[in-house]
Amino acid sequence: MKKVLMKGNEALAQGAIDGGCRSYFGYPITPSSEIAEYMARKLPLLGGVFLQAESELAAINMVYGAAATGARVMTATSGPGMSLKQEGISFLAEAELPCLLVNISRGGPGLGGIQPAQSDYFQATRGGGHGDYHIMVLAPNNVQEMMDFAIEGFALADHYRIPVMIMAEGTLGQMMEPVIQRESVPLLTDKPWATDGCKNRKPNIINTLHLSPDVLEQRNMILSDKYQEIKRSEKKAETFMIEDADYIVVAFGLLSRVAKKAIMELRQQGMKMGLIRPITLWPFPDEVIHQAAPQVKKFISIEISMGQMIEDVRLAVNGMAPVEFMGRIGSVPSPQEITRRLAQMVEGEIK
Amino acid sequence: MKVVAKKPESLTEAKYHYCPGCTHGIIHRLIAEVMDELQIREETIGICPVGCAVLAYNYFNCDMLEAAHGRAPAVATGIKRLLPQNTVFTYQGDGDLASIGLGEIMHASIRGELITVFFVNNAIYGMTGGQMAPTTLLGQVTTTSPYGRKKEDSGYPVKMAEILALNQGSAYISRVSLHNPANVIKAKKAIKKALETQKNREGFSMVEILSTCPTNWGMNPLEALKWLEQEMIPYYPLGDFVSKKEA
Repeated sequence: MKKVLMKGNEALAQGAIDGGCRSYFGYPITPSSEIAEYMARKLPLLGGVFLQAESELAAINMVYGAAATGARVMTATSGPGMSLKQEGISFLAEAELPCLLVNISRGGPGLGGIQPAQSDYFQATRGGGHGDYHIMVLAPNNVQEMMDFAIEGFALADHYRIPVMIMAEGTLGQMMEPVIQRESVPLLTDKPWATDGCKNRKPNIINTLHLSPDVLEQRNMILSDKYQEIKRSEKKAETFMIEDADYIVVAFGLLSRVAKKAIMELRQQGMKMGLIRPITLWPFPDEVIHQAAPQVKKFISIEISMGQMIEDVRLAVNGMAPVEFMGRIGSVPSPQEITRRLAQMVEGEIK
Repeated sequence: MKVVAKKPESLTEAKYHYCPGCTHGIIHRLIAEVMDELQIREETIGICPVGCAVLAYNYFNCDMLEAAHGRAPAVATGIKRLLPQNTVFTYQGDGDLASIGLGEIMHASIRGELITVFFVNNAIYGMTGGQMAPTTLLGQVTTTSPYGRKKEDSGYPVKMAEILALNQGSAYISRVSLHNPANVIKAKKAIKKALETQKNREGFSMVEILSTCPTNWGMNPLEALKWLEQEMIPYYPLGDFVSKKEA
């Protein structure tokens, strides 16, 4: 198939359609709105459902209903909207309803700004709402992956019966790159648990209430087993020149590309730098970091936040090497800035 | 022998958990009887609220979901949009529908969503133990209005049927009561009409059902029925507020 130039948000939306999604419920918010706009144009032509909900709260609950019918369904938003959706996400997690959630993230807290950020990392990777649960979180770093991860996200969601989130900095949603569209996948998988009318079977019930402490504990154990299985099978990271690296940068999303550029520059200057780029933020790819730690002088977590992923990096390193932090808020740092600050860190100039 | 009454197929064998004298049981049965009569059990998907009826998924013998507090109309919307040929209903109390879920019910009605809402108005929060609802009458004593509801503090009791009747998306809006057998029969007619309104794709439909909560009202069942008739009905008049087919 031929290459086409697409905006990140539109590539993601097209990827979702190629992944079998025919229903979208959402509420406009910058910098994610192009996803809703794309779906509003395309889905009616495909016999699908596009609905602009009255609120983020309503949108996520419409997703709950649509997912319960067995349909592939998604919603997209940005930080403040994702906060509003948390109640629904907790319910989706416990009801084990598959769906795709998208956070084209911007800076917070509060209304924050509309510039790119990674400061929703905690919210995305720690569950986000009430109760013991996780959702899967994928972090693309280019427009092609925005498209591919949407397709993959639906497959993962259906396979594990879990909400899957794509989290991408606002820049990634707004920028254009050439992409190659993949083949469409078959529309629906068999979902015997769906509430779509009980013709020729016993009624299905989708609920999240477990008043008996024993049943509640059992439910939590079932979820926990699923999360362990996902941790065993789905951790994903990209590595770059870590085999002989004295210093390893950990960075995800678009920022990982900027970091890569800085690392190549520093390699030319003779510094042995490498990159680990988590692709799944949950489950966090801790093993690749852990395995590299004994040979590494220092890890540096670079984030567009005040330091969130660094906690997972530290857990993975488990005291075997120092872990330092470099962060910005409100913009993506340039390769030059990262190069300069990394050089200073390596030389121990930053106190 | 002729069978004159039997348990509707649309109800399960499970025993209700409701308090003595509570009218939820009557409403469940009326809805189930209508589902049987319209032969829609196998195509119906119901959504429970958070409130005393949160466990209604144990009682209706059709596909059921339980929604977050107040969100049932949004969940119903998601289902109905994906399954336009199926029948979808929500079953909600006054805290769920008229307080925390006001946005969801309002916009479901504005959109003319092809769902049916059974709104149980008993002027109090039941499950949490008798707190004030938006529908609590002025002067009514609850655990969070211990000196009686004051309009200066909490405004006036909300009339959901009248409010939703203003939306053009509403095709059938009715208020009924369960204080005596004649009115129970009328309530069943309204429930049937609401589900037929959905079937005919006329628009949004809701039946507000004035109900009792003897436990939290601090009355015996008979006193509660009397209180409903004498105190609630004068403020919440019965009848159809929108009926598109008649218009």
